[in-house]
Amino acid sequence: MNGQKVSYTMDSTLESVDSAEQAASRIATELGFAEEEIMQISMAVREAAVNAVLHGNAYDPGKKVIVEFDHTGGSLIITIKDQGKGLDPAKIPDPLAPENLMNTSGRGIFLIRSFMDDVTILPTANGTEIKLTKHVHGGAAGAKEASQ
Amino acid sequence: MSMKISTRQVDGVTILDCSGRITLGEGSIVLRDAIREILSKGNKKILVNLGDVNYIDSSGIGELVSAFTTVKNQGGELKLLNLTKKVHDLLQITKLYTVFDVKDDEAAAVKAFK
Repeated sequence: MNGQKVSYTMDSTLESVDSAEQAASRIATELGFAEEEIMQISMAVREAAVNAVLHGNAYDPGKKVIVEFDHTGGSLIITIKDQGKGLDPAKIPDPLAPENLMNTSGRGIFLIRSFMDDVTILPTANGTEIKLTKHVHGGAAGAKEASQ
Repeated sequence: MSMKISTRQVDGVTILDCSGRITLGEGSIVLRDAIREILSKGNKKILVNLGDVNYIDSSGIGELVSAFTTVKNQGGELKLLNLTKKVHDLLQITKLYTVFDVKDDEAAAVKAFK
């Protein structure tokens, strides 16, 4: 899908979270990412989709989640947008801080940042947009890129 | 694959054999309900076998933390057994690996309960 963009508009449901994760896994596989990278990409997308559905749109049936996959310049760029009240990244507590270590939530953004090469969280006019980038580092994906 | 749990008793320890995915929604609820049921029966030595858990998300991690805290607050002990590489790595990067008592041998894990 080099140079192509694929976009999905989804309801604010847990089924959409599973669908976004499955789409990420399928597309990362098609692009030739290594097995561990595929797991990282699909989990990052799952966590971002959970945030969009649960914290952003709060399961509101009138609000949608948009998931876009864009493969350009040797990178997979995934954008997840919600129509919720917005997310301030500065207010997300550090889940590794001793006082937060035993919290039962609050690790999603941390895992996304751990798994992706670049993560941007942007407030939009009507919600939040999170952009996840995974570069081709070589291996199977790099070999596929080089042969094209 | 959804989450499934079966329980068995070995030398006073309740072992939960988990399989599937511990994720937001059904997977986390199944684990939460299983822990509650075990505690309600007065069993406070709990060994969670994650050998067949191939996927866990941040909600699943939160559910494990919740289970650990709930059991501890009731005077019990919860240990983890047979982590897959994926789960092991997740607990490492979230700095929870040293919080949980993680075992890779069932017999030794059972003996390790006080």
